[in-house]
Amino acid sequence: MSEMTTAHGIARRPLVARLLENRPEGLLVVTGLGSPTYDVAAAGDDARNFYLWGAMGSAVTVGLGLALAQPDSRVLVVTGDGELLMALGALATVGVQKPRNLAVCVLDNERYGETGGQASHTGSGVDIPAVALACGFREVRCIRAADGLGAACALLREAEGPVLASFKIDGAEQPRVMPPRDGHHLRTRFRQALLGNEAGLTG
Amino acid sequence: MARAAAGTQPGTGRMTGMRLRMWRPRGRACLSCRQLWNLPPRPAVDQPREGSVAGEFNWAPGDWRRDIYEALRAADVRQVAYVPDAGHASLIRACHADDAIRAIVLTTEEEGIGVLAGAHLGGQRGVLLMQSSGVGNCVNTFSLIRNCGFPMVAIVTMRGEWGEFNPWQVPMGQGTEQAMKDGGFVVQRLERADEVGPAAGAALSMAFDGGTPVALLLSQRLIGAKKF
Repeated sequence: MSEMTTAHGIARRPLVARLLENRPEGLLVVTGLGSPTYDVAAAGDDARNFYLWGAMGSAVTVGLGLALAQPDSRVLVVTGDGELLMALGALATVGVQKPRNLAVCVLDNERYGETGGQASHTGSGVDIPAVALACGFREVRCIRAADGLGAACALLREAEGPVLASFKIDGAEQPRVMPPRDGHHLRTRFRQALLGNEAGLTG
Repeated sequence: MARAAAGTQPGTGRMTGMRLRMWRPRGRACLSCRQLWNLPPRPAVDQPREGSVAGEFNWAPGDWRRDIYEALRAADVRQVAYVPDAGHASLIRACHADDAIRAIVLTTEEEGIGVLAGAHLGGQRGVLLMQSSGVGNCVNTFSLIRNCGFPMVAIVTMRGEWGEFNPWQVPMGQGTEQAMKDGGFVVQRLERADEVGPAAGAALSMAFDGGTPVALLLSQRLIGAKKF
């Protein structure tokens, strides 16, 4: 498990790759803009990934609407601390709905990596898992080292939701792996992968 | 849409016993009794809707929000995301009372844009109910609509216009129509109760059959200026 961590924290790319390995048919992924989008793309582009390239703060709410619409699928939101902090209220909204199939993975580098590495609130003690728990999530984890990482991945993949795990990651920038950013394409291919080829523009 | 009065017996509806503080338009008679309505047959859908109690909801006679609700049901809308608002109050209650509809209370309006986008990705239809004051909160998330073409219907109760007492409502109220247009919505203002139902049906069709986002602005003249 040593490659899962560096001297500065959990290695984000191996972590996301592990989260998505042996991906079952029903695992749907929504990513928050910035590095989490690149991390998920680096693990292998997939029509069942919906990458956000903007609308900061929307990853959890897109995941919520999707999870409610597809109760038999597993919905995994992969986002960063800054993206999630922009919409902390969304955790409260999830807590009210309590979707059993929604999991949120926070890649927490305690900074805004896309904009020059400015410190985010989590580096000053703001505890996202504690907020999620207070909002009514069934189970939350904060993972700082390799120990417990496998269990946290299992939580996100299988446990009754809503669940959230925050991983304190090495903040070093990774090579950018850019998935498609044409939103119409991303939306249409996602729906076709999930709902069949006849699922087109509307619906 | 056909509405058959099943009876007027009190105590038979699910909501009976609660004091319903229904808003009523100015100048309209305040009716003292509530009627228990039967809803028209539900449309065929791909998932069962057992357990729905929508037919038991007690609408105030003449409440045009019922026309919106029936349009939502006819269009098979399954998710209704909302920030609470007095103008939408009976519609929100009806959605909560209906097991076929997931009523999703939001902490802020922009969450609703994400929720509806997710619903569409998952093959369900949703609408967003909010007040004009919240439209500005959504502006950045409107990029989901423009960039991805998500079909959306927003039903917005207006403040900051006709007879507005609170000047703090005016800046956003006056900017609402333009903000929605800038966000990619086709905007329709509604001034009369009798146009609400047809407009709701038309908006849902335009969005979900045609892929065009539509915002219905329920004017303050229609819903009545808030009293202080």
